[in-house]
Amino acid sequence: MATTVEKLVDSALSLGGREFRSRLMVGTGKYRDNSTMVEAIAASGAEIVTVAVRRIDLDRTKEEGILHHLDPKRFFLLANTAGCYSAEDAIRYARLAREAGFNEFIKLEVIGDEETLLPDVAGLLEATRTLVAEGFKVMAYTNDDLVTAIKLEQAGCSAVMPLASPIGSGLGLINPYNIRLIKRRLSVPVVVDAGVGTASDACITMEQGVDGILMNTALAAAEHPVAMGRAMKRAVEAGRLAYLAGRMPQREIALPSSPTTGMLG
Amino acid sequence: MNEAMTVTVNGEERQVDGSSTVLDLLHSLALDPRTVVVEVNREIVRRPTLGNTPLREGDQIELVHFVGGG
Repeated sequence: MATTVEKLVDSALSLGGREFRSRLMVGTGKYRDNSTMVEAIAASGAEIVTVAVRRIDLDRTKEEGILHHLDPKRFFLLANTAGCYSAEDAIRYARLAREAGFNEFIKLEVIGDEETLLPDVAGLLEATRTLVAEGFKVMAYTNDDLVTAIKLEQAGCSAVMPLASPIGSGLGLINPYNIRLIKRRLSVPVVVDAGVGTASDACITMEQGVDGILMNTALAAAEHPVAMGRAMKRAVEAGRLAYLAGRMPQREIALPSSPTTGMLG
Repeated sequence: MNEAMTVTVNGEERQVDGSSTVLDLLHSLALDPRTVVVEVNREIVRRPTLGNTPLREGDQIELVHFVGGG
């Protein structure tokens, strides 16, 4: 009897007209040193790495910038507007980031609360409309709120990035239902951003069917960032594959795995 | 030699020569123009025009680059 070997081939991640093989994106902040960052990112297999826009420290201009450590030919640099608390500021940072000359993508953050770093969704929508009109490919960091996600898609976002839990919290995926709902209703890619703490969080998040995950602190603040990078690579792949494989139905009573017939008399 | 003038660079006042351009300022700070994005009075100065953008007394200049972030 011929056997059929199941071959589930995943498609590439398509974002704003570009294709990526890895569904894991990583940040570059908070590492103890640059060599650990470079190794951890390499171990994660990420192609998209995020960077922030900040003033140059004029007292330390001899220091090498982040781009000395991250080859822009090897990595796709995704600039963010982290730290911006108004649409106006976020737009300003986005324009500066684009002027650096790498690409027209922006990971748009408009923060509304210092303690939780939760987004200001009104400011986010306002900034999205302006930036989309200026030709930006906007990837919007947002709440796990369906209505906001729909509005962001309608405003022209290239991807919507709902949080798993607050930035830097490592609390994991708090509301899988909301994430599934957003994924089911949107046409643009859904990339979960923020809150993933360890490999199981990443795996569970990918099992919801989302298109990708962006994480920073989970790697940077791990005791061994390089090992965590390897773990996250496998977790994202495993979660994605499990989603594509289609999990078995859950049931609340047992179902024997061995035959119930042929028992000894 | 023109008189010196005062501009604000990344929040700090600095004296520059009165005939300085933005490019002159970057050179004086030992910055590679290819790695810096410049804003003068909240307007981005595009790289090809750095050398023919004169600084003026009281200009507010921001020099930014990419740093690690999430």
